[in-house]
Amino acid sequence: MLASYGYSDGSGAYFITVDTDKCDGCGECVGVCPGQVLEVIDEDPNDPFRDGPIVVVRKHKHNKIKDDCGRCKPASCRPPLPCVEACPNRAIAHSW
Amino acid sequence: MSDDKGPEFWRWTESNWVNPDIRWQEAQFLTGGIDVGSVSSQAVIMADGVLYAYGNRRTGSDSQTSAQDALNFALEKTDLIQEEVHYFIGTGYGRVNVPMADRTVTEIACHAKGANFMYGPAVRTVLDVGGQDIKAIRCDDTGKVTNFLMNDKCAAGTGRGMEVFSDLLGVPIGDVGARSFEVDKEPPPVSSTCVVYAKSEATDLLRKGWAVNEVLAAYCAAMAERIYSLLERVGIEREFAVTGGIAKNIGVTRRLRKLMGIEPLKTTYDTQLAGAIGAALFGLALCRKGKSRKT
Repeated sequence: MLASYGYSDGSGAYFITVDTDKCDGCGECVGVCPGQVLEVIDEDPNDPFRDGPIVVVRKHKHNKIKDDCGRCKPASCRPPLPCVEACPNRAIAHSW
Repeated sequence: MSDDKGPEFWRWTESNWVNPDIRWQEAQFLTGGIDVGSVSSQAVIMADGVLYAYGNRRTGSDSQTSAQDALNFALEKTDLIQEEVHYFIGTGYGRVNVPMADRTVTEIACHAKGANFMYGPAVRTVLDVGGQDIKAIRCDDTGKVTNFLMNDKCAAGTGRGMEVFSDLLGVPIGDVGARSFEVDKEPPPVSSTCVVYAKSEATDLLRKGWAVNEVLAAYCAAMAERIYSLLERVGIEREFAVTGGIAKNIGVTRRLRKLMGIEPLKTTYDTQLAGAIGAALFGLALCRKGKSRKT
């Protein structure tokens, strides 16, 4: 399942998408995120039949990710995103 | 107290229902789904996966009471008591505060499951316009979510926005859709679906001499456009279904159909029940899997 967290408003669309078929909940992405946007939880809240941990965007960050992810997204010379790079399964994607 | 305020046009009708063809005593599993949303709360009881009873009410000031009220309302016309129900699943915005819930599941999973039940397994794209958020969901033929996004940043273009608008213009909420087509020419959409801005824009348009029906048309059109842009993001695949209260508003659904070029599926069930039905079905599946009660 592609789980998208975030929002869209007049200024654009800001979503982080986690591919729950690829994510194994290892948590490598959590530690490298300077904005504490991500967390590992024990069960996928969107799929009661999936077993095992999963990464989600913290609930209180859903509507703030444009700001909280901002520090990894300088306007010029954008380096690879730490969370995307850290994931051994390439399960994370950003929409902007 | 409310008498001096005049009629409240936004008030939609609360309802409850019981299936006369079912004897709950014969069911192996009775499961309940409680969907506490920001605007409305539903409780559904299913007997082995068949809809037995439901109650649909406005959400009150706290989730616990709203959940219990909705459940009592659902049980009102039955001779069933709460304790006979094997498993309750709580869902919706207020799901963590559903006191009788054995487990919670997000409204995303529940709406897909519920839409699969209400509209049939051909449903691939589900749109739920809730009281304060919009959910765009893609699912497979079993109702399992494959892709979703939810926008709850603000209540622009949601059910509550429509309630505010119906009240502002003095048009009963159930008539908004039909009245929005009683115009000579389709007006341009309002520039913002933000409830606050749209309200001042509407007042401005009325002052310029627009008819009430034209303002309704402009707001419904703006809402359809906003919803469409979110749907495009998850990708639209046939068949398409709309759940939630806005499914009852043809002013929005018909304009959305025009944008999408896809006819939404129809159902005989109350579209506001999708989340609660999905929750009850998850309850049934967990009972059958023999999962023990969790709190």
